Amino acid sequence: MNKNKEQLLNKRYKAEQRFRLYGLSAIFMALLFLTIFIFKIFSTGYSAFQKTWLIVPVTFDAELMMLDQNPSKEDLQDADYYDIALKSMADLDPNANEDQENELKRMVSYFFEKEIKNELLNDPNLIGKTKEVYLTASDDLDQVFKGNYPRDLPEDQRRVSDYQLKIFDQLVANGKVESKFNISFFTNADSREAELAGIASSFMGSIFSILVCLMIAFPVAVLAAIYLEEFAPKNRFTDFIEVNINNLAAVPSIVFGLLGLGVLLAIFHLPRSTPLVGGITLSLMTLPTIIIAARASLKAVPPSIREAALAMGASRMQTTMHHTVPLSMPGTLSGTIIGLAQALGETAPLILIGMVAFVNTIPGSPMDPAASLPVQIYIWAESAERGFVEKVSACIMVLLGFLIIMNLFAQIIRHKFEKKWS
Amino acid sequence: MIKIKAKDVDVFYGKKQALFNISLDIEENQVTALIGPSGCGKSTFLRCLNRMNDVIDICSVKGEILINDFNINDKSCDVVRLREKIGMVFQKPNPFPKTLYENVSYGPTIHGMAQSKQEMDEIVETSLKKAALWEEVKDRLHEPGTGLSGGQQQRLCIARAISVTPEVILMDEPCSALDPIATAQIEELIDELKKEHTIIIVTHSMAQAARVSQNTGFFHLGRLIEHGSTDKIFKNPDNKKTQDYITGRFG
Repeated sequence: MNKNKEQLLNKRYKAEQRFRLYGLSAIFMALLFLTIFIFKIFSTGYSAFQKTWLIVPVTFDAELMMLDQNPSKEDLQDADYYDIALKSMADLDPNANEDQENELKRMVSYFFEKEIKNELLNDPNLIGKTKEVYLTASDDLDQVFKGNYPRDLPEDQRRVSDYQLKIFDQLVANGKVESKFNISFFTNADSREAELAGIASSFMGSIFSILVCLMIAFPVAVLAAIYLEEFAPKNRFTDFIEVNINNLAAVPSIVFGLLGLGVLLAIFHLPRSTPLVGGITLSLMTLPTIIIAARASLKAVPPSIREAALAMGASRMQTTMHHTVPLSMPGTLSGTIIGLAQALGETAPLILIGMVAFVNTIPGSPMDPAASLPVQIYIWAESAERGFVEKVSACIMVLLGFLIIMNLFAQIIRHKFEKKWS
Repeated sequence: MIKIKAKDVDVFYGKKQALFNISLDIEENQVTALIGPSGCGKSTFLRCLNRMNDVIDICSVKGEILINDFNINDKSCDVVRLREKIGMVFQKPNPFPKTLYENVSYGPTIHGMAQSKQEMDEIVETSLKKAALWEEVKDRLHEPGTGLSGGQQQRLCIARAISVTPEVILMDEPCSALDPIATAQIEELIDELKKEHTIIIVTHSMAQAARVSQNTGFFHLGRLIEHGSTDKIFKNPDNKKTQDYITGRFG
């Protein structure tokens, strides 16, 4: 009998140990996946924060720019920079033939003319002089410099010719290639050219969408939650509503996208591809999340607080507004932020309402066309150029950073303002 | 003088009847104790007196409850005005998670009883003094009420209840969560409060009922078995069940 008991006890301890082991290995697996995922994104994406520049001597020849003596500001604006830009690239190899001159031109971004112009506008005294100007390298050379480009492929399978590589290597050897922090990634809108593409448009698009979403979803959801939790009679009808709010939270987001397309765009003719429409569509998605969070935190307020207020002669409205709602706010707010974080990462509904369009301007208001961060990731991931690979990862990093900050904020609100019950 | 007159009060939770035919008179400026085993309906009856049962959707109350000869179950009765006149102290201390000052000033604020900050300060001070809490907390009026000890919290709740000078104070087992010293303080307080207020106290402790009350009602299974002066109920009850309960044979 005693021996049996001991065996049983041992068995129980062993079972417990096994269970701990299962739990630990599950956590280990989760952490492993997370680490691999983050490592992959960072190792691909970090190089996008650097940008390669070619340092090219430019001669600001007044004659080639069609400028008179003592030109005014307007003259400088209207001057022709294409010829001096072309000439300075061609001068990199004095022996170049016409084809090779063309290849030389394609070593920098098509933006090089503008970069040279800005240089002169900053310092008009440069006319007639020669100055070394930083020009954005083409996306392929950018990748070559970062070591991401397969140089050993046969020439006809590469977008960079042997000739371009030769000149580029010479420039590198002379210290005329420099890598600097990629400011334009944050200040430029999207572009077909990887070296010029930035996230400014999609970032602003995301912010505007989230703001529109917050302004619509938060008040509606909080009012709905307060009514359902504090005022509505408990009957079949409110049960029905409650079930359907939970159902709404489970509806795939693309369905909301179709709704936005069919109602907001087709019936109300709101402007297509705008954060306004995106925000409204996302708010439909966020609504049930916030309602559920708000109701849960209203429910968590002890009934004794309500009774105390009611027994003091407070009306139902006063009880709710003076006590229950303020006490439930931390939970409601952190639920709201989590709902918004979900909305921030949502792609499918935005694609359906046209926020997937190529937008090369930075939106100034929710009424301007824009992309959003997750959609930007989708657009870039679809692009063929090698330069977009790192951009995709970098954009994911920005989006993840954004989400982590929001979730952190939700945690802080919850911990800081949560009331401890006696 | 009779302050509250209950006539044939029935209470239902859904289909289940919780109180049967309760008729009870409550004397002004005296302490009336309601005793009985758990689930006998004494708290339910107490909550009828300030219509706190309204909060429970499935609860319905029938019969007449006259306070100052006015039927509070009548449609014309305004619950907010009623609860201003009938204060309540609960079983578990439930101060608002706000400062001591805000706790006490809440009632006077919503009922517009103070014209100035000074008047409000006075109300808070007198209420806390009447609740025998002033000396202990006068230096920390702006600290959270939830930071007090259990007994202090309960006295804070009493101060909150008397801040609107109610005519009646209902107490639902106010000492059940407190230690003997805090209990003694509250009992002393009850004795003091009965000069200005009519007090009805639900208690599980027969010793407490005997100590603080002048009248006692004994409830059993939703019926009022016997009521009368505390002396009579404890020394010479008419009913066998009362006798058994008092002597500890059940309950």
